[in-house]
Amino acid sequence: MRFGVVVFPGTWSDCDFHYVISEVIRQPVKYVWHRDRNLADLDCVVLPGGFSYGDYLRAGAVAGKSPVVEALREFVANGGYVLGSCNGFQILCEAGMLPGVLMRNECLQYRCQSTNLLVENVETPFTRGLRAGQVLTMPISHGEGKYYADVPTLAALKARQGIVFRYATADGQVVKAANPNGSVENIAGVVNETGTVHGLMPHPERAAETAMGGTDGLLLFQSLLGTLVEDGTFLKR
Amino acid sequence: MKLRVLIRLKPGILDVQGSAVQRALAGLGFGDVRELRVGKLIEIDLEAASAAVAQQRVDEMCRKLLANTILEDYTIEAIEAERLAPR
Repeated sequence: MRFGVVVFPGTWSDCDFHYVISEVIRQPVKYVWHRDRNLADLDCVVLPGGFSYGDYLRAGAVAGKSPVVEALREFVANGGYVLGSCNGFQILCEAGMLPGVLMRNECLQYRCQSTNLLVENVETPFTRGLRAGQVLTMPISHGEGKYYADVPTLAALKARQGIVFRYATADGQVVKAANPNGSVENIAGVVNETGTVHGLMPHPERAAETAMGGTDGLLLFQSLLGTLVEDGTFLKR
Repeated sequence: MKLRVLIRLKPGILDVQGSAVQRALAGLGFGDVRELRVGKLIEIDLEAASAAVAQQRVDEMCRKLLANTILEDYTIEAIEAERLAPR
């Protein structure tokens, strides 16, 4: 599977993703500059965390209108996968490729900590290898990660099983105390209608080797790799 | 043509920044503040054939980039006689 890791001015998790893809899951990977529009030779595009364009105006707002993100629409229409983590999630929301928006954390603090994530949807290419109700541990590192969507958007998101991860306790209880940023209904990650565009605030690339303190983030990559068989069609679960 | 865009969080959306500023003011003896919300001000000078065209262009800018209408409302006003910012 051929991966591309997008680099905006201000991106900071690009090298981490590149490392995990090339050295841990051992797949071909290249960096994609934010002005590039040619994504034809890729199967999955990663939008990493950071502060694209300084997060001026709103987090992810300027990047959401950049040439590479405009090209992503066609890439997704052609069946490509997109994984946005942290700032990448903010960018996908600002671009309108995922519903909702990420706001300033309710606590007003920048939160850099480990979080437990309850897996809700295992029908996406990124979560096929997981069990519903499983709890993953991944770090977050953000100041603007409070997920917000208005009532109709949230209802539509739930109706189509668009919520992938919720912040929870270690034993999977979705409670206020486990919510690090004030996200509505503890939402930590969502997918689009086709399941091929996934955004989450946590950092899977920072939980990909035992030396990092955990390997749960790797499960997303492994699920994704398991979804394509030789002829490029979906693997049936 | 000079215009001023005022961007506010929609009513009902919790403004944590505003609440923090309000608490800080209360600490300085301004406990009489009932509510405080923080917004954004953007001043734009653009080439336009008429005020209506300028208004329309800036409205398009707001919808495409300047405001996120999930969260924010915006108003646009002409500031013809003023300079954009004090020097």
